[in-house]
Amino acid sequence: MTSLLRLGGVALRRGGRLLFEDLDLDLEEGAKLQVAGPNGSGKSSLIRLAAGLLSAERGKVERSQLALVDDNLALDREAPLRAALQFWGGAVDEAMVQLGIGDLADVPVRLLSSGQAKRAALARAFASTSRLWLLDEPLNALDADGVNRLSAVIAAHVKAGGAVLAASHQPLPGDWRTLELGA
Amino acid sequence: MISALIARDARRAFTGAAWLPIAFFLLVAALMPFAIGPDAQLLSRIGPGVLWIAALTAALLPIERLIEPDRVDGVLDQLFVHGMAEESVAFGKIVAHWLTFAPLLLIAAIPASALLALDGASLARTEIALLIGTPGLAALAVAVAAVTAGLPRAGSLAGLLLFPLAVPLLIFGVGNALLLEGAVSLVLTAGAPFVAGAAIRAART
Repeated sequence: MTSLLRLGGVALRRGGRLLFEDLDLDLEEGAKLQVAGPNGSGKSSLIRLAAGLLSAERGKVERSQLALVDDNLALDREAPLRAALQFWGGAVDEAMVQLGIGDLADVPVRLLSSGQAKRAALARAFASTSRLWLLDEPLNALDADGVNRLSAVIAAHVKAGGAVLAASHQPLPGDWRTLELGA
Repeated sequence: MISALIARDARRAFTGAAWLPIAFFLLVAALMPFAIGPDAQLLSRIGPGVLWIAALTAALLPIERLIEPDRVDGVLDQLFVHGMAEESVAFGKIVAHWLTFAPLLLIAAIPASALLALDGASLARTEIALLIGTPGLAALAVAVAAVTAGLPRAGSLAGLLLFPLAVPLLIFGVGNALLLEGAVSLVLTAGAPFVAGAAIRAART
C-alpha cells in the first residue's frame, strides 16, 4: 500500500498554544480518516498542516498531490458555475453531476445558496485527479441529499485507491477510522 | 496555471472596475487647469509631472482588489495546493494588473494631454516614459497589496507605502531619464514577486 499522507512526530503551535504534539499519522490508499474533537482542538489546523498551508513546529510531513475543501469557496463569484470550476481544471461536468449541481452550470456563483456553494466547493476538489482529499467540515450546509451524494463520491474515490482525511465535529456517514484531538 | 490566472484576473478587471482608475486619472488631469488657471505655457511645462502624479494616484485605487479578495476567498490557498508558488501567483497578478491598467492609462493620457496643453513631442515623451514605468508601478502595487492584505485601513496604509517607493519612477519618468527609469522599473518588476510571495505566505492563517 502506498502512503498518500504521512505525518511523523508532528507538533503544531498556533497563537502561542500547542494544539498537538508527537502526532503520527499514515494515510494509505483506500483509507478514510475522520479527525474529530471539540471546537478549537485543532481539526482545521491539522487539515491545513496536511495541505502544506501551515508549517509544523516539529516533525515531518510527506504528502502526495491533494485536493482541499474548506470553508472558502475559491470560485469566481461573478462567473457561471461551470466556468468558475473550469478555472481549476479536471472533470468538472462529471463532478457537478455527481454532486447534483449539473443544472446550475450557467448560474453565477454569487447566486448559489450556501448548500449549493458547498456542493460547488466539493465539486472543485472532486473534479481533480488528486488521490488525496482533505475535507474540512464537509457536512456543513449540506442537506440529506447532499450528504448521500458526498458519501457516494467518497466511497467511489476510496474504492479507486484514493484516500480521504476529513475534519468534522459531527459523525460522517460510513465507516471511518477516527483520530480524536483534544481528548 | 499562470496563464489561466492572468486571463481570469484580466477578465475580472475588465468586467469590473478597470475603468475607475482611468476615470480618476482623467479627473485629476482635468482639475489641474481649474486649480492653476488657463495659462497654456505653465500647463504644458508642468503637464508631464501632472500626468505622472495622476498615474500614481490612479494606481492606488485598485490596490485593495489585487490580493485581498483572493486571500479571503481561499483562492491563494487553492493556487498553492495546485502547486503554484506564491511568487508565480504574484507575477501573474502583476502581469494581469499591468494589462488592465497600463494600456487604458496610455490611451487616457491622450485626452489628458490636451487638457494640459501638451504638444505632440511632450505627449510622445510622456507616453514612452509611462510605458516604461508602468510595469514597475504595477509590480509595486501588487507588492503593496500583498503586504497590506488583511490589515485594517489597508487602503490608507497602501498609499503611505506606494508613494515613497514610486518616487524614483516619478523622478526619472518626469525627467525623461528613460534608461534609469527602465532600470528602476526592471528592479521593481523583478523584486516585487518575491516581496509579494513572502507577504502572501506570512498572511496565511
